[in-house]
Amino acid sequence: MLEGIQLACVRGERTLFSQLSFIVREGEPLLVQGANGAGKTSLLRMLCGLTLPAAGEVHWDGTPIGELGDAFRQDLLYLGHHNAIQESLTARENIKASAALSGVALEDAEASEALRHIGLRGREDLPTRFLSQGQKRRVALARLMWNKALLWVLDEPFVALDTAALGLLAGTIAGHLARGGLAVITSHQEVAIAGMPAQILDLSS
Amino acid sequence: MRRIGNIAVFGAVVRRDLTLALRQKSEVLTTLFFFAIVASLFPLGIGPESALLHRIAPGILWVGALLAAMLSLQRMFATDFADGSLEQMALSPVPLGVLVAGKIFAHWLLAGLPLVLMAPVLGLQFDLDGRSLAILAASLLLGTPILSLIGAIGAALTLGVRGGGVLLSLLTLPLYIPTLIFGAGAVEADAVGLSASGHLALLAALLSLAVFFAPWATTAALRIGLE
Amino acid sequence: MKDGITHWFKYASPQNFYPLAGKLWPWFAAAGAVFAVIGLWISFIVAPTDAQQGEGYRIIFVHVPASWMSMFIYLIMAAWAGLGLALNTRLSGMMASALAPTGALFTVISLWTGALWGKPMWGAWWVWDARLTSELILLFLYLGFLALQSAIDDPRRADKAGAVLALVGVVNVPIIYFSVKWWNTLHQGASVSLTKSPSMAHTMLWGMLLMALAFWMYSIAASLARVRCIILERECHSEWVKNALE
Repeated sequence: MLEGIQLACVRGERTLFSQLSFIVREGEPLLVQGANGAGKTSLLRMLCGLTLPAAGEVHWDGTPIGELGDAFRQDLLYLGHHNAIQESLTARENIKASAALSGVALEDAEASEALRHIGLRGREDLPTRFLSQGQKRRVALARLMWNKALLWVLDEPFVALDTAALGLLAGTIAGHLARGGLAVITSHQEVAIAGMPAQILDLSS
Repeated sequence: MRRIGNIAVFGAVVRRDLTLALRQKSEVLTTLFFFAIVASLFPLGIGPESALLHRIAPGILWVGALLAAMLSLQRMFATDFADGSLEQMALSPVPLGVLVAGKIFAHWLLAGLPLVLMAPVLGLQFDLDGRSLAILAASLLLGTPILSLIGAIGAALTLGVRGGGVLLSLLTLPLYIPTLIFGAGAVEADAVGLSASGHLALLAALLSLAVFFAPWATTAALRIGLE
Repeated sequence: MKDGITHWFKYASPQNFYPLAGKLWPWFAAAGAVFAVIGLWISFIVAPTDAQQGEGYRIIFVHVPASWMSMFIYLIMAAWAGLGLALNTRLSGMMASALAPTGALFTVISLWTGALWGKPMWGAWWVWDARLTSELILLFLYLGFLALQSAIDDPRRADKAGAVLALVGVVNVPIIYFSVKWWNTLHQGASVSLTKSPSMAHTMLWGMLLMALAFWMYSIAASLARVRCIILERECHSEWVKNALE
């Protein structure tokens, strides 16, 4: 269970939000909405522990994430605006490298499987510099295929995807939630996640 | 799919950085060329008198190696910061210190070790004898890892900051001075008949200190830069 | 007792520290002026002419205390910075930033007076002896700190990054000093020590200590005044600042 307690965010001299409290439970995604600059990305980065909130705390299963440290990150998967892929590596190499960085060794077959699921079959061995924006985003999303983390924090995951990929991603998130996972997602688009009642947090208010 | 230990992750980080660098190819070569050019600048600026050059060669070669190592520091974290990989590393369940240690080691393999191998070759230009060249190589072998370790702190502090390269130099060069003094001093001491072992021992001590202290400071600086 | 301590903690907030600093700094400035007058009087009038170095040696009364202060301030700056990092307080970082320019100033004074002393002594404006060279490197450390802070826009990040740099620097200062000393042993060894008897006349020692005190009082006054400006800058959008400036 992820809990945000009286969170406040200050960017430069503006207070983006303050006294923000919410609880995210298994199976019920939290959709964060708001206009550009409302602080959606800042909030997500606070939930991951990348930024310290100006006020308030983030708790994971009752303990502040600062105290949990690596133990919290074991349960965390974050997808930000950047794809975190290297252009001179192939798609498969990128997946295996990013897995290794989180302490997981993936077999070639497993990496290919993940790429196949995300719709990049046949492109596994191309250096990613030759892929389109949408395809690069898919390589970044391929992590969702093999990563067993409990908490998914996804920042604008639907951007640059075509309809097929959108459906695929929504299905993947639904599957994760059905298995008892948690998800915090920001999105400008109204994407229904297969019958899941979503908790909506609007930062513009 | 299986979990791997920190040592295996360290190896994976080193392999990744080496693969990336070798596919770009420019990094290793430009560092070496810079070293060669700088070493040639001094005779051109001072004069070709060989006795004088012989006397100041250890200092020139050490300063050249130091500057070459420093120029390559910028690249240690810059690309990973720009493409979002550094963020992912900070969020990895593997301690960031392990990942940082891997990156520093890879940096040394690409930008430090080549200098160690090239220095004796350049030393011949200055008419250094075999014994001096050996001590020069040994001092650089101990010293270049220190340069990578201390430089990592500077690179982490200046992540994405304006005026990055020059600022990085201003921050790192004063911290490099003890390494320079003991490194060049080792060769000079041997040349006048004293033992170089004192200097080399001090370099080894600095290296141990840097190995323990630098990854921790670099990790702190990276987390600050990622906020 | 606990109430007393809690009472002091309230000054950890910039809002409460601002008026306190405002009240304190004139006192330190006055103390500095008094010590400076007495110190200079001893330095220039009371202390005897040196047998070997004539009158020119008197600049030591500014040079040595300035060197001490430059190193002492770096230590204090690093301590404040470390405190700010550990406790995540804003005021500690501001204090560190307030101290840095004064520390750099004393380093420059030390180098400049060192040169003025060196010219009649060694015939050159600059000699690469251990102490002067270490001072020069210390100046680079200060400049690095100031440059890093001014290059980072976000004040919180600037404070924290500066803190890491200052802590790394403070660990390196003894190493740098030792290595430079190893490199050159021209400068006269430390002639003033608090543990062994001084190798110079007592009046000279008093002169230096008083000047050191004067510089110390000045540093505190200058830092307090400067931290007030920093507080105003950083907190300029909060209510109390708007009220205070009306």
